[in-house]
Amino acid sequence: MNRWLLWLPLALFGLFFAAFATGLIMPKDNIIESKMVGKPMPAFSLPGAVEQRPALSSADLAEGKPTLLNIFASWCVPCIAEAPHLLALQQAGAEINAIASRDTPQDIANFLNRWGNPYSRIGTDTTSKVQLELGSSGVPETFVIDGNGIIVHQHIGDIREEDVPKILKLLEDAK
Amino acid sequence: MKRLLILVSICLVAPVAAQTSLPPAPYADRQLDDPQQEAAARDLMEELRCLKCQSQSIADSNAPMAGDMRSQVREKIAAGESPEAVRSWLVERYGNWVSYDPPIASVVTWPLWIAPIVLLLAALWLARGRFRKPKDGE
Amino acid sequence: MIAETGLIALWLAGALTLLQFILGAVGLRTDREAYFAAIRPVAIAQGLFVALSFLLLIWLFLRSDMSVKLVAMNSASVKPLLYKFAGTWGNHEGSMLLWVTVMGLAGAFIALFERSLKTRTLVATLAAQAFISLGFYAFLLISSNPFERMFPVPADGQGLNPLLQDPGLAFHPPTLYFGYVGLSVAFSFAVGAMITRDVGAAFAKAMRPWVLGAWIFLTLGITAGSYWAYYELGWGGWWFWDPVENASLMPWLAATALLHSVTVLATRDGLRAWTLMLAVVAFSMSMIGTFLVRSGILTSVHAFAVDPERGSFILALLALYIGGAMALFALRVGTVKEGSRFELVSREGALVANNLLLSVILALVFIGTLYPLFVEAITGDKLSVGPPYFNLATGPLALMLVAVMAAGPLLRWRRDNPRTLLNRISIPILITAASLFALALFTTGMSILSLLGMGLAAGVAIASFAPLWKRNLRRTPMHTYGMVIAHFGIAVALVGMASEASFTEEKLVAATPGDEIVVNNWKLKFEAIEPVAGPNWTALESRITAQYGDGALHPINPQNRMFAAAQTQTSEAALLTRWNGQLYVVLGDGDSEGRWQIRVWWKPFVTLIWYGGILVALGGLLAMVGRLRRGYKQRKQREFAEAML
Repeated sequence: MNRWLLWLPLALFGLFFAAFATGLIMPKDNIIESKMVGKPMPAFSLPGAVEQRPALSSADLAEGKPTLLNIFASWCVPCIAEAPHLLALQQAGAEINAIASRDTPQDIANFLNRWGNPYSRIGTDTTSKVQLELGSSGVPETFVIDGNGIIVHQHIGDIREEDVPKILKLLEDAK
Repeated sequence: MKRLLILVSICLVAPVAAQTSLPPAPYADRQLDDPQQEAAARDLMEELRCLKCQSQSIADSNAPMAGDMRSQVREKIAAGESPEAVRSWLVERYGNWVSYDPPIASVVTWPLWIAPIVLLLAALWLARGRFRKPKDGE
Repeated sequence: MIAETGLIALWLAGALTLLQFILGAVGLRTDREAYFAAIRPVAIAQGLFVALSFLLLIWLFLRSDMSVKLVAMNSASVKPLLYKFAGTWGNHEGSMLLWVTVMGLAGAFIALFERSLKTRTLVATLAAQAFISLGFYAFLLISSNPFERMFPVPADGQGLNPLLQDPGLAFHPPTLYFGYVGLSVAFSFAVGAMITRDVGAAFAKAMRPWVLGAWIFLTLGITAGSYWAYYELGWGGWWFWDPVENASLMPWLAATALLHSVTVLATRDGLRAWTLMLAVVAFSMSMIGTFLVRSGILTSVHAFAVDPERGSFILALLALYIGGAMALFALRVGTVKEGSRFELVSREGALVANNLLLSVILALVFIGTLYPLFVEAITGDKLSVGPPYFNLATGPLALMLVAVMAAGPLLRWRRDNPRTLLNRISIPILITAASLFALALFTTGMSILSLLGMGLAAGVAIASFAPLWKRNLRRTPMHTYGMVIAHFGIAVALVGMASEASFTEEKLVAATPGDEIVVNNWKLKFEAIEPVAGPNWTALESRITAQYGDGALHPINPQNRMFAAAQTQTSEAALLTRWNGQLYVVLGDGDSEGRWQIRVWWKPFVTLIWYGGILVALGGLLAMVGRLRRGYKQRKQREFAEAML
């Protein structure tokens, strides 16, 4: 038997050891990013979620001005946490449209009354159909879309205070 | 640690606090009338990974999102799309992660698929010296 | 005081282990008989102290002593007694203590009963065993003390994960641990033999019962675990190729290969280096399995005790033991002769084929499980490797393996004539061909893999009894019976797998009480939904009666259980087992219109999967008892002959 072959098991073990160690050191995130970033917004048309706001279709997202598309739900706790920051974004001039995920009109209206309504349009997606089209894997999520309807960024999870300037910058860059 | 544990077990033991009060999408738990289409949808659903409960297929998962995905899969199959078309529709949106079947023609995953042949050849090569020729005598 | 006594016993056991290692290491270096003589009693004492410590922990759990942190965190006073008992090892600290206890007892056992091995090799083995145990003692005593007290004492414990409250799961982990520890003993033997360069038939014979024992436990553990997942998770599947399942399969594959190669070493003194390597790999796989399960670096449904910190401790131990053993292998095996050679068509040839196929399957499972981790580390891409890959990559190899399994036992050692072999297996080949033909003709919807599997299983079932053909059945050694039954068990399990994959029927319905559900020949009547209460849960139970054809009515009542302590809900599937399959019913959620989601499966012959597994383990048990008895008899005869001289 070749001498070097005898060292092969140890070498292989070293390789796997390195993989295990990196696996331990680099904490695993379970976030699945959308592969739609960089691609045009898929065509959709959703009915309105509440009376006060108009319905939402993909055409509304390609009217020349960069917009935000927020996916939220009244049953989602982090959505409450990000509500003030969405309002801040709106006050800074961002246009925010929304998709309400798996929700009822009554619950959405209560949620908006209680936590504020920064949205221009709200579509209701009762069976996650558009969410799946977008490659979104949960709520809340926020997509940054440029004026031509191209998705330029996906923010997964609630928007924190420190994210607000970043998102404003992204909107600025998308012009 | 506790948090990780909860994250994992949430998929098997549903927390009492509800996630969404809305009923699942129409075809989440309803079989297609055509048994052949249902079988095709079923086989595909078992190979698609749930986004919420990441160690389950959407066929097995109780997460509402998985139900919505099942419904989409069934509706698309019922509309005449091939299972592979539905799979690539999802892969386009979520990446290869969403399918349990790694593609053969991909820079990242082809080594997986040639591994059986390579390993078998390596095993034969390793064993070659072990045998004596039949006519060597005692 | 119980907890403190337990801790003291644990420290003493740890100290004795250190002593055992030093005695062995120094003794081997200086070649002092006195050290060799002392190592046996030390090993025995170590086993006794650690066992005492574990018994005391069990007692604490049975008494529900909530002043002990581990009990408070993992038990509750209202829990049924069985689960208080099982709760001892249903957590990280307790399971680690169980691990060192079994290891300690195994060491004591070797010290007491191993007589055929050369003294130096035995001492080296015990020293290696002590070295492995030391790491686990350090782990327990430094970072996971199971006897830690808690102030203030809580009024009641936090309970066990409701999913774990199940008789199957109470005994599933210890079964696997026994298997892992058995492999650790085989590993110690291999290290001992590499240190003293004494690799031969005697070494193989001393190691074999441990490999067999470990293999029996692993077989039982996997069989039980698979059945548990099947009925507890409520998805009707019995194997998911989930990382944790793979982690339990890999040591079994390695142990199966080792079991067969050690036979070549014991009988023909061949495959020396290969057997040593397999012993190291088998234990590596059980360590890596433990690491994967505990560290949480892979996403799994079965991950109950995830903790990256503990993961790094296990990884450090892994590097030390496995890296060390592999370095030792590279340094020493060059001087170990490969042993006698043989022809391709021979019993050894078949066993080599068995080993190579098992190793390739093992490697594929290993690569497939870890591949996503590698890819993400290198390219950042996330991907999934699941059943489609594993089935396609390992299935054909597994079928080849089964074919070799049918032919192997019919071959002679060293050399055989290919033509006479063909004669001997002509009947199984005919049966395989006939059943393939019949299946292809009369069934629809079978995948090629299932079809081949089922056809092959029919032939193999017959072939597995061929070693008994024309033999005096009363004089046939017990281990031959063991092999026959184990091989037959594989065929049985294979039929179950192929049948489940091909003929399962599923129905999903939203039903209101009074509705009827039809699956295959079964008629199910949904009678009512009623609340029921258990010791620490309440549930909604659906009353369903099932009728096969015009047969008798059988109740089948799946539940949705709510556990009070943990504020969680689980789904309890209901199963109805008949000779020709299982009816499997799951109760889902109800909707606002009073309809309940009910999922029904009819799975023909699915139970054969686990009956097969039990047969395999039973065969192993027979082989082990037979070998031990024979070894004992031979020793007695030898001693008698020596006494006569």
